[in-house]
Amino acid sequence: MYINPNIDKPIFIQIAEQLEDSIFTGTYPEETKIPSTNEISVLLNINPHTVLKGMNMLVDQEIIYKKRGLGMFVKEGAVIKIRQKRQNQFYDQYIATLLEEASKLQMSKEEIITLIERGYDHELNSN
Amino acid sequence: MNSILIKNITKRYKGVTALDNVSFSFEYGKIYGFLGRNGAGKSTLINIMANRIFADEGEVVIDQVSAKENMEVHEKIFCMSEVDLYDTSLKIKDQFKWISRFYDSFDIEKAFDISRKFNLDTNKRFKALSKGYQSIFKLTAALALNVPYIVFDEPVLGLDVNHRELFYDLLLKDYENNERTIIIATHLIEEIANIIEEVVLIDKGKVLLQESVDTLLGTGYCVSGPEQEVVSYCRDKNVIGNDELGNLKLAYILGEKSPLPHGSHLQITAMNLQKLFVKLTEKGGN
Repeated sequence: MYINPNIDKPIFIQIAEQLEDSIFTGTYPEETKIPSTNEISVLLNINPHTVLKGMNMLVDQEIIYKKRGLGMFVKEGAVIKIRQKRQNQFYDQYIATLLEEASKLQMSKEEIITLIERGYDHELNSN
Repeated sequence: MNSILIKNITKRYKGVTALDNVSFSFEYGKIYGFLGRNGAGKSTLINIMANRIFADEGEVVIDQVSAKENMEVHEKIFCMSEVDLYDTSLKIKDQFKWISRFYDSFDIEKAFDISRKFNLDTNKRFKALSKGYQSIFKLTAALALNVPYIVFDEPVLGLDVNHRELFYDLLLKDYENNERTIIIATHLIEEIANIIEEVVLIDKGKVLLQESVDTLLGTGYCVSGPEQEVVSYCRDKNVIGNDELGNLKLAYILGEKSPLPHGSHLQITAMNLQKLFVKLTEKGGN
């Protein structure tokens, strides 16, 4: 986990995103315990209230849940939920910025499509 | 609600007004960054809260009780300060014994435990310690005191980076187990930026702002780009400072971000707490 204080994104959101990423990639599998606010707070030198705020974001999204007296656990179905969410954000996060940069560089639609195809070919060859 | 209430405090030293009618409060259960430039009045206020000096006007109220010359508040607040108020020829282990006689809430076991973590030799006399270890002794004493309000005035002065990390770790662990008010006055702003929940910034004897760190970082930002575009973007905004880099202009702004105009060449970047502090306090600085 790594927090970047110099980017324009509140720390609690960065914590939520990093935890989410670890859940998505399987570091914390479903129905297992994630680190406590205490552990994260001490490891990253961050106020525990900030860490809790980040965790509560994931609780609201039903990605983690609290087991009374035991801590926070990854919810069943969390991975599918995260994938769904990220697919929904894919256009805004990647395609929109790609098109914006392409227009600055005066690149045509066809050129972009060719590049995307090249990317796919490259990936197929390297596998 | 429990708090330290600073009410209309004024303190003058020969012709200099160190604190000018200062009013604000430290709420119970939060970690505060108490920031200000050299000579801003931080230590003066800390000394008044600790009953070491007295205000000319106003009062400090701790949990609804007036603090002035009141022994009761000594079990409520402790200030670790930059000046050495200890008998410098006493051994550290004897210092701990004396502190435990003065303070009911002093946990001497914890003090020895923290000393071990820092490799502080408790058989040495205070004056035989290096500058860094003198700080370590003082903050060890403060961490082992179980009072609801604890003030650290420059706690990491002379500490190497490993010991600073250890201090922040111990502070946060302690805070998790035992929520209380922690007030940290320091010049190493970035080191505590994520640890503190709220900032009190004083400048020239007045409170410049009191705000949660989240809100503060959310409202402070930097706009950069060609001069004319920056100037027109800043027209209706609260600009707290400017920098120039050839034709590139940077403006530091406090307030709501408005969307960039279409086809704009401007860039918006975040501003960290240290930069914000510098920009807010550099006007009329030295």
